[in-house]
Amino acid sequence: MRNIWIICRKELHSYFVSPIAYLLLTMFAVIMGFFFWNVLGYFVFLGMESQMRGEMYPMNVNEQVIRPLLSNMSVVGLFLIPMITMRLFAEEKRTGTIELLATSPVRDAEVILGKWLAAVILYGCMMLLTSLNFVFIFKYGNPDWKPLAVAYLGLLLQAAALLAIGTFISTLTRNQIIAGAATFGVCLLLWVLGWVSGYETATWAQVLSYMSVITHFESFAKGVLDSKDAVFYLTLTFLGLFFTARSMESLRWRS
Amino acid sequence: MITVKEVTKRYARNTAVDHISFEVEKGRIVGFLGPNGAGKTTTMRMLTCFLPPTSGTATVAGFDVLEQPLEVKKRIGYLPELPPLYLEMRTVEYLTFVGKLKGLSGTELRQRVDTVCERCAIPDVKKKLLAKLSKGYRQRVGLAQAIIHNPEVLILDEPTAGLDPKQINETRDLIKGLAGDHTIILSTHILPEVEQTCQQVIIINKGKLVATDSVNNLQSRARGAESVLVEVAGRNGDLDAAMVQQRLEKVAGVSRVAFKEKRQNRSTFEVESQKDRFLRGDLARAVVESGWDLNELRPSAVSLEEIFLQLTGEQPAPPGEEPAAKGAGK
Ligand SMILES: Nc1ncnc2c1ncn2[C@@H]1O[C@H](COP(=O)(O)OP(=O)(O)O)[C@@H](O)[C@H]1O
Ligand SMILES: [Mg+2]
Repeated sequence: MRNIWIICRKELHSYFVSPIAYLLLTMFAVIMGFFFWNVLGYFVFLGMESQMRGEMYPMNVNEQVIRPLLSNMSVVGLFLIPMITMRLFAEEKRTGTIELLATSPVRDAEVILGKWLAAVILYGCMMLLTSLNFVFIFKYGNPDWKPLAVAYLGLLLQAAALLAIGTFISTLTRNQIIAGAATFGVCLLLWVLGWVSGYETATWAQVLSYMSVITHFESFAKGVLDSKDAVFYLTLTFLGLFFTARSMESLRWRS
Repeated sequence: MITVKEVTKRYARNTAVDHISFEVEKGRIVGFLGPNGAGKTTTMRMLTCFLPPTSGTATVAGFDVLEQPLEVKKRIGYLPELPPLYLEMRTVEYLTFVGKLKGLSGTELRQRVDTVCERCAIPDVKKKLLAKLSKGYRQRVGLAQAIIHNPEVLILDEPTAGLDPKQINETRDLIKGLAGDHTIILSTHILPEVEQTCQQVIIINKGKLVATDSVNNLQSRARGAESVLVEVAGRNGDLDAAMVQQRLEKVAGVSRVAFKEKRQNRSTFEVESQKDRFLRGDLARAVVESGWDLNELRPSAVSLEEIFLQLTGEQPAPPGEEPAAKGAGK
């Protein structure tokens, strides 16, 4: 446990002494801020329109503001996750510091969990910053907070899974640009897989669609905590970390 | 302290280390000597549990590197070829991090950080970013990192490579200073380094063990008996080398005379005996009394270089003056 925390602190330190953490935080906050005002503007427009027509549209902040916003957030996350994980192992391999970690009395699993945890914490910070937008909604509107909490949980679970995959890919190369690009490709693939179910209903399409990380976010975005989806993310996380461990092991046996 | 038995490491295409066995006693400084690509780094990586051996067993402080790697790692300090520095950290941050990794904490950790900074002469760069340190300082921080947890065994991979002569001397002194408390293995492809720092050498070449012995034994073993080089010149005109050789052989105490080379009217011989101190006077008298000139008379020191070349079966490089002398003769 202690070793995991030591590694995690070291990773957080290197995120925050370099511009990368601030760049990611700013980018995420700015993009989400933009979406927020966009969605809110549309919401207000709809409200005014329905008033002018004299009809009473059912207006719901949760349904019409929070849900699309969080769906967007989960997609934007896909683009930023490679930047978080690409250096985790690739950089250590390039500079040779992996030899220090591998010859210190710590287990591989502790190194991996520490690094992954640091990535999750950084992503958590990014999410926290976007939650400022919601403070605004809570001040002026009256949304239900429970679905929001569930959606945030889903977002974190999804990120944890993708970060685990990114961590694995980072062990495969000593070049962090390659690690980043490959992770980006995989993230993108895991997103678009869901699209096939739009026109195809065969079993294979359903399987592919099941693999899509975004599909599993839909129920979270609605504020429904479905254990199937949670299990999917947790399984993906576990697999990612497991393959990271195997990759580190085979690194030793091969090279 | 360290036992290596029949250890082999095969990579996909080549065998980097081939059935190597040796032992290192506690408290010794051992030089691991071999040309580039001999398998030094690979062997050290196996001892530090970074790479598993393909076959054979290695134990450090009584623990097997494959079966109890954590116990081995606790007792080893390792400086890889490239110091494993996180360049975005400051010296103290880095040493504190490594200390924690090795299981230190609290006041003990702080004390150890201070101690190794003193020991490795880096207190003046404590607050500096590692990225801003010069090569010499980086090497010293690397060494400080290796001894932070006061390990029983220190494994240093080419600790002086790439340093300037002053830094090399400082590093050597540092290593010698560490010798009392630690068992040290250091690798190098530079021979004088072993002569100056180590008590024992292990020579490997192309993955195979060539020799392992104390430095003194190895030198005298290669030299055989004590020997002197004698250069004799004819006073007027040519010199009959055979005659000189016969004369030298008659000197009491001489066991063997070998003709080495002839340049113009000068000839060089190597004379072997058990006690060269007495011999040198006798040889000088014999040469002068026979009417020849004695140009030079010196003990022929055998460097580790020659030993190394002998043992690895490669041709020794020609002495530096020979081509020039030939050129002058023509
Ligand atoms: N990761 C690796 N994969 C394949 N071959 C390697 C690897 N590392 C070293 N070798 C080979 O093993 C041999 C020994 O290398 P090394 O132990 O680094 O030698 P030294 O440190 O004595 O210069 C060399 O021929 C080298 O090419
Ligand atoms: Mg080497």
